[in-house]
Amino acid sequence: MAETSAPSGAATHSPAGAPAEAVTKRDFLKLTTTAFAVVGVGALAWPFISSLAPGGDVLALASTDVDLAPIAEGQAVTVMWRGKPVFVRHRTAAEIEAAREVQLSALKDPATDEARVQQAPWLVVVGICTHLGCVPLGQRPTDARGDFGGWFCPCHGSHYDTSGRIRRGPAPTNLEVPGYTFTSDSAIRIG
Amino acid sequence: MAIGLHDSSFKNPVVRWVDQRLPVFTMIQKEYGTFPTPRNFNYFWNFGALAMINLMIMIATGVFLAMHYTAHVDHAFESVERIMRDVNYGWLIRYAHMNGAHLFFAVVFIHIWRGMYYGSYKAPRELLWILGVVIFLLMMATAFMGYVLPWGQMSFWGATVITNLFSAIPLIGPEIVTYLWGGFSVDNPTLNRFFSLHFLLPFVITGVVFLHVAALHITGSNNPLGIEPKGPQDTLPFHPYYTAKDSVGIVVYLAVFAFLVFFMPNYLGHADNYIPANPLVTPAHIVPEWYFLPFYAILRAVPDKLGGVILMFGAIAVLFVLPWLDTSKVRSMRFRPIARIAFLLWTVNFMVLTWVGAKPAEGHYVLIAQIGTMIYFAYFLVVLPALGRLERPLPLPESIARAVLGPKAQLGGGPVPGGATAQPMEKA
Ligand code: HEM
Ligand code: FES
Repeated sequence: MAETSAPSGAATHSPAGAPAEAVTKRDFLKLTTTAFAVVGVGALAWPFISSLAPGGDVLALASTDVDLAPIAEGQAVTVMWRGKPVFVRHRTAAEIEAAREVQLSALKDPATDEARVQQAPWLVVVGICTHLGCVPLGQRPTDARGDFGGWFCPCHGSHYDTSGRIRRGPAPTNLEVPGYTFTSDSAIRIG
Repeated sequence: MAIGLHDSSFKNPVVRWVDQRLPVFTMIQKEYGTFPTPRNFNYFWNFGALAMINLMIMIATGVFLAMHYTAHVDHAFESVERIMRDVNYGWLIRYAHMNGAHLFFAVVFIHIWRGMYYGSYKAPRELLWILGVVIFLLMMATAFMGYVLPWGQMSFWGATVITNLFSAIPLIGPEIVTYLWGGFSVDNPTLNRFFSLHFLLPFVITGVVFLHVAALHITGSNNPLGIEPKGPQDTLPFHPYYTAKDSVGIVVYLAVFAFLVFFMPNYLGHADNYIPANPLVTPAHIVPEWYFLPFYAILRAVPDKLGGVILMFGAIAVLFVLPWLDTSKVRSMRFRPIARIAFLLWTVNFMVLTWVGAKPAEGHYVLIAQIGTMIYFAYFLVVLPALGRLERPLPLPESIARAVLGPKAQLGGGPVPGGATAQPMEKA
């Protein structure tokens, strides 16, 4: 590489004795020093960046138990999980049917209702609009439920159906289904 | 002069002793005393000084608020109420800080508008302009995080919606949001880091303001005619001419400030922020503070999440490249008959976006926001580049002195002493 550059000038810049056109020992030292500096800065930065992530105590609070027995058909409850609301809805037969007869092609974020529930009457979703994080309306009987009978987010107008799937509005994806397990016939543990 | 000491021109022995070792007095004298400043400033040139005063007020009131404020989700709201009710003059300090933030944005919007109208962003002041846009971004981040601190409903839901903007970034978005929150929702870790950053950023702003002014003092100020001063007859020393003119502006500004603080302290805020934060209930109508509304309107104009976020940030990013989008050599809109009208329309459109940003995102409001967004960007991306080629500017004046003094300029407007003695009639 260096052969192509001006030979006379280069000689004056190289350390005594080093051949002007070759890659010098100094180039090598510069490169390795820079590489070490970059790794060092990265290693120093990591603890600071990592300290921004959820701490151990926050992660430890990560599961919530819900007793389903008191929730009558057609009712819904909101519980807190990891600081977020989770909607647990005891769906009516009509709501289940409405969720199951939709064509997948009609959905913005296609998912079958069967894949989103473990037991047909119980729909469990994180109650956070996937647009910008507001809590959609529809938990109380008096709430507006939107055009698809599920939930309606008043912030920027997203409509969710009875399976918590996005049907209209700016939200890009369905309401998230958290990991949960049935700990008995009438209780679940979220997280 | 002893070897190694600065050659100070100050007579007072104490001042001289300091100045020889650290020439701060010489610097102040040079940058704020004799600094040659175009003689034709109008009152739009007050707003930089006003912004500086406003920043100082924010830091002074903020430091005292921080002495009484508790950054914890269980105590934040009550600690602010305590400031309002129990801390001596706490209400005054808080209302000054709150309304100071509103006024700060008003002042900076006018300051930016001035730069756009008189073409202050053009060569050689591009970097000065860019530093200004950086300050504006930092101010928005600071105000956003400050608004979260009282932990009312708007604090909480504003924080939720704005941090969630980052979830639109493909792949790593949700991870970034978790790192912003320090948890899985806006919660105590979020409040703590926002307080830390809200305390820090104003001092970062102070640093960038210093660079902004340093760059200004290399290129010198622009002026309403947009032509460079050609000699001493075109300028005045900053002191006493512009220290006096700035003082007039400061008095008016402080009167407006006092009026807001004492007579309508909550007018510009939202009543919902006096309801403690509730993570389970979103207020029916969440609206950001008025100074974010135009950008919020752009966000909501786009029916796609990522697209909305990109356009919103793009609305500010476009300001960074404004010096290169405007291809006209003429700075001041006074001499650009078409661009002037286009820019005034852009200004009206900016106000329309502010108005529509506060309306619910439905029906014809969405359409208005969409048209407004198009106009906003069209001005920068189509109109300005095109007008630089097509428009025929009016003839520029020969010099500043010629334009403001008329034929008198030749008689000896001249530098200060000459100028002052040459106009005895004006004093009478
Ligand atoms: C660029 C300058 C600043 C801006 C634009 C700004 C903006 C704001 C805003 C909008 C609020 C919310 C007011 C409310 O609704 O109650 C706030 C609150 C607060 N700020 Fe600042 N601030 C600035 C500088 C500072 C500084 C330098 C400090 C501390 C050193 C500070 C400390 C506080 C505290 C403790 C609160 C919470 C108390 C309250 O809500 O009144 N601020 N700030
Ligand atoms: S947050 Fe629900 S629609 Fe925007």
